Amino acid sequence: MGVGIEVRGLNAWYGKNQSLNSIDMTVAANHVTAVIGPSGCGKSTYVRCLNRMHETIPEARAEGSVKVGEMDVYGSGSDPVEVRRRIGMVFQKPNPFPTMSIYDNVAAGLKLNGFRNRKQMDELVERSLKLAALWEEVKDSLHKKSGASLSGGQQQRLCIARALAVEPEVLLMDEPASALDPISTSKIEELIFQLKQHYTVVIVTHNMQQAARVAEFTGFFLMGSLIEYDKTEKIFTTPADKRTEDYITGRFG
Amino acid sequence: MPNSSAQSAPQQVGLVRRFTNAGATTFAVAAAILVLVPLLAIFAYLVIKGIGSVNWAFLTQTPKPPGEVGGGMANAIIGTGIILAVASVIGVPLGIGSGIYLAEYGRNRFGDLVRFTADVLNGVPSIVIGIAAYSLVVVPQKHFSAFSGGVALGIMMIPTVARATEEMLLMVPNVIREAAYGLGIPKWRTTLSISLRTASAGVITGCMLAFARVAGETAPLLFTAFGNQFWNLKLNQPTAALSLQVFTYAISPYDDWHKQAWAGALILIVLIVGAVAAVRITTSRGMLKGGS
Repeated sequence: MGVGIEVRGLNAWYGKNQSLNSIDMTVAANHVTAVIGPSGCGKSTYVRCLNRMHETIPEARAEGSVKVGEMDVYGSGSDPVEVRRRIGMVFQKPNPFPTMSIYDNVAAGLKLNGFRNRKQMDELVERSLKLAALWEEVKDSLHKKSGASLSGGQQQRLCIARALAVEPEVLLMDEPASALDPISTSKIEELIFQLKQHYTVVIVTHNMQQAARVAEFTGFFLMGSLIEYDKTEKIFTTPADKRTEDYITGRFG
Repeated sequence: MPNSSAQSAPQQVGLVRRFTNAGATTFAVAAAILVLVPLLAIFAYLVIKGIGSVNWAFLTQTPKPPGEVGGGMANAIIGTGIILAVASVIGVPLGIGSGIYLAEYGRNRFGDLVRFTADVLNGVPSIVIGIAAYSLVVVPQKHFSAFSGGVALGIMMIPTVARATEEMLLMVPNVIREAAYGLGIPKWRTTLSISLRTASAGVITGCMLAFARVAGETAPLLFTAFGNQFWNLKLNQPTAALSLQVFTYAISPYDDWHKQAWAGALILIVLIVGAVAAVRITTSRGMLKGGS
């Protein structure tokens, strides 16, 4: 089951440049929350702070409080590796491990964390591929084909299956469909809709229609600040802030 | 006709472009052939000069004293194998290890120093490496040995392997590492099981280049492995090596030994090519369809 996320006073920097200014946001469990905004507004940085991926970039750092369920992500005893195990991530560009088979791609997170039970692993791989709606297309070539041999849309669903296999509580998606064609995009969107039964999903998107289609809640970012955060319907019909309205009506961005 | 110029345009441009294209292609093909010529010429010459002396006795017997007919280089073939095994055991892990450091952690002063040292070490004449191994291993042990020869060649392998590993790891896209971190895989594990694995084809090529380069080295073995007319399978005893044997026989006054030197050189090249091919075949067997 998914868990909620509580973000309080989150700041992030790249070197001396501050890219997030004191973000507060409460993400509901088992819902899809979209993060929208123009390029460079900090939306990717924001989700990368939620699972401490931000700090893997040299000179990047973040401060503030992020609670995912009971877990204090930036607490003093918190281990970034453990955090990332519980908060899965799907990236903008499909990035399967090129030298691994389809099976090994999905099992990678388990195997490389010391999981050895072969039978259980088979089950988890199958379950994850089914959840990612890829099972039917690859079940006959699990061990024969490389993850890189799949089409772009299949690769992205493989990456989703890979993230699901380690059984996270939250799934972060950083523009997961921006590199895909419309058919693959609609498959991914359908998938996101299914996934919220089991996970809390936060999705970054620069496609406003996509946010409107998949998300119950939407946050609008501008220049590192969260301008407005509300029910998606409210954001797209009667936004409270002038800047939100300007953005969604296409006046800038 | 409004579109007649559009239709005839490709043919007009075509002449100059086709000429340039043909010129560039010819140049590339000629360069490729020129690269092959010396290799094939050397190999053909070796076969012509050496094949006559390659027989069962040559491959299975030790050298006969001057004046006696026959004998072979079996001890040198095995000796070369032992020395190269020791060299690989030293050179490959150390080289890959420092390559990993340089690529994943070496964006600093110390990394630059290591990189510079490796490049200089790559340019150090091989006889100097031999002297180093002599003073580091032979002098303290007070005897020549297969081990000291392996140390000399192993040191020579390190910079090549290290730089190749570094370059190949840097070619692994960062999104691959991010994918692994995102799954909660620790950095050390990501480096070994994801990055190195993704780069493995290139790293193996680097290792094989280093191996092939040192396999024919003679100078570093002169005062380390030293050479031996008899069988030796012990690491701490002077050992024959094909390159040494070829050298000794080639500068000797005996016609019979000259022929054997040619045969030894031929065998050495065949063994190197065989070893590289064997590694290539075994490592490519695990590759998957559509992988890179």
